[in-house]
Amino acid sequence: MSEKIFMKGSEAIAEAVIKAGCRFFYGYPITPQNETPEYFARKMPLVGGLYLQAESEVAGINMVYGTASAGKRVFTSTSSPGFSLMQEGISYISGANVPVVVANVVRGGPGLGGISPAQSDYFQATKGGGHGDYKLLVIAPSTVQEIVDLVPKAFELAEKYRTVVELLLDGILGQMMEAVEFNYDVKPEDLPTPSWALTGAKGRSKNLILSFNLDPEKLEINNLELNKKYKEIEKNEKMWEEYNLEDAEYIFVAFGTVARIIKSVIEVERKKGYKVGLFRPITLCPFPYEELRKFVPQAKFFFDVEMNLGQMIEDTRLSTLDKKPTYFYGRTGGIVPTTVEIIEQFEKLMKEVK
Amino acid sequence: MEVKPIYTYPKSMEDKVTNYCPGCHHGIVHKLVAEIIDEMNLFEKTIIVWPVGCSVVGYEYFKTDGCIAAHGRAPAMATGIKRANPEKFVLSYQGDGDLASIGMAEIVHAAARGEKITVVFINNTNYGMTGGQMAPTSLPGQKTTTSPYGRDPNLCGWPIRVSELLSTIDGAAYIARAALNKPARITQAKKYLKKAFNTQLKGIGFSLVEFISACPVQWHMTPLKSLERIENELIPYYPLGEFKVKEGVTDVS
Repeated sequence: MSEKIFMKGSEAIAEAVIKAGCRFFYGYPITPQNETPEYFARKMPLVGGLYLQAESEVAGINMVYGTASAGKRVFTSTSSPGFSLMQEGISYISGANVPVVVANVVRGGPGLGGISPAQSDYFQATKGGGHGDYKLLVIAPSTVQEIVDLVPKAFELAEKYRTVVELLLDGILGQMMEAVEFNYDVKPEDLPTPSWALTGAKGRSKNLILSFNLDPEKLEINNLELNKKYKEIEKNEKMWEEYNLEDAEYIFVAFGTVARIIKSVIEVERKKGYKVGLFRPITLCPFPYEELRKFVPQAKFFFDVEMNLGQMIEDTRLSTLDKKPTYFYGRTGGIVPTTVEIIEQFEKLMKEVK
Repeated sequence: MEVKPIYTYPKSMEDKVTNYCPGCHHGIVHKLVAEIIDEMNLFEKTIIVWPVGCSVVGYEYFKTDGCIAAHGRAPAMATGIKRANPEKFVLSYQGDGDLASIGMAEIVHAAARGEKITVVFINNTNYGMTGGQMAPTSLPGQKTTTSPYGRDPNLCGWPIRVSELLSTIDGAAYIARAALNKPARITQAKKYLKKAFNTQLKGIGFSLVEFISACPVQWHMTPLKSLERIENELIPYYPLGEFKVKEGVTDVS
C-alpha cells in the first residue's frame, strides 16, 4: 500500500491527519502554515470531512474543544501569534481532560514578529502557555517523514491520556519537500466513541465536560489527578534520538530543524576526527532529562543550539546539571543558523575549552 | 373520576434547589428550556453549552449532557459539538456580558454561518455574577459598580440591541425578544423559545431568543420593583417581539 510521495511538510501533515482518521479541521489563516488549512479545504469535502474557517483562533480552538468533547478526532494548525490566542482554549481543554492535537508552525516573535522560521515558542509549549497547573505533550519532528509518522501517534497519545498534544514545527519543516511514505489509513468509522463524550444522555446518566470547580479542595484533587497523568506520560512516552553518541565526547543538543543542520555539522567534524554526536529530544515535554544525563560521564562538553535566545538550554542544563560545561548558541527573529556558522562556533569552543 | 396531573416538575431537570437569587429570572428560563425539551422529546439528544456567569452552574440543574465554555466562546464550542453530530440538539445558554461583550465575535459569526444551534440569551443589563458591573446592555444613566455615576454614553458608549443586530444577518433564521415580568409574557416567551428549538430541528439555521431578565440583587431593587423596571425602562429600550422569522420557521403548538 505504501509508495513514496514527494510532499511539502505543510501538506504532508494535513494528509497524515486525514489518514489518521480525523475528519474535523477548524482554523484561521496565518503565515507560514496556510498550505495546511488550504489542503484541508480541498481534501476534507472529498472524504466526507469538515473544513471550517473560524472567525479567529480564539473561536477556532473552541470549535476544536466542542468537536473533541463530542468524542471525535479533531485537529487545528496555526503559527505563533495564533497559538498565543489559543492559549485560553488550550487551558480549558487541558483542565477538562479532552484529547486534542494542535500544530504550531513557529515563526519569529515577539508580537507580530516576522514570518520566518523560529523555535522561540519553546517556553510557551513546554512551560505552560496558558493559565493554571497543566502541561502539554509536545512533540517536535525533524523531517517530513517524521511528521507523517508522528501524527497518528499524536492522536493515540492525546486519546490515551485525554490530553492536548502539540506538534511543534517551524516554517522550514512546513516548506521543505521530501519523499514520504504513509503506512496507515485509519477509517473514522473504526474509531470508537469514548464513553465520556457529549452525545446526549440516552440510557445513561449525564456526561459533563468541565474545567470548573469552586471548591478549592476538589480543584486541588482535580489538579493532582492531572499531575498524576503527566507523571505517567513522563514515565511512558518520552521520545528522543541518539545520533553518533556511542563514542561522542562533544555532544550537541538540538531539536527540530536545527537538529538536521547539526547532523551536517557532525558529518564535517567527524571527518576532521572529532568525536561529535547529537542528542535530539523528540518529546520536548516530557523532556528526556535522564536519557541525556547518561552522557555526562563521557562528554567533554555539551553544545545546545536553537533558533531562539536560549530556551531549551534550561532543560539541557537541568539534564547535565552543569557537571560538564554546557554551552549555548542561538539565532533569533527568523534566522536559521548555517552549517558553516555552527562549525565556526563549535571550533571556537574547542579552542577555548582546551 | 380520573385524576390527571396538570403540572409536573420538568423531567429534564434535576430535583435541586438552585443557587439563583430571589427574584432572578434564570429559574424561569431554566424551567421553560426543560419543559420544551420534555414536550418535544429532545432529552436524549440534547447537549447544553453553559457560559461563564451566574448560569455557569446550570449543568447542576439539568439532567442533560453539558459543558462549560470559556467566557463568550459558547457559540464556538456549540458549533464544534453540532458539526461533530448534526443530529444532536445543541443549546448555548449565555448572559449579556458573555454574549454581547467578550463573545460578540463568536455570536455574530455563529449567526453568520447559520449554525444550526439555539441560543438562550439572558439580558439583565449587568454582570450579575461578578457583582453588578456595567454591561454592554446597561441603559444610559444606569448605576452599576463600574458606572457608579450612571452610564455615561459620552464616556462608554451606548447599549447594544442584540436581537436587532443579529436579525440583520442572513444566517440568522429566528430571532426574538421576550420578557418574563408578567405571566402572559412568560407564555409568549415559551412560544418564541419553542419556535427557536423547532428552527434548529428543521435545520433552517441559527436561532436565538433574548430574555429581558430581572437581577434584583445587583439592581438593588426588590423583585417586584425589578418587574416594574423591566416594564417601564427596559421594554421601551428593548422592544419585545420577533425580529427575524425566516421562511420555513413555524409556530409549534
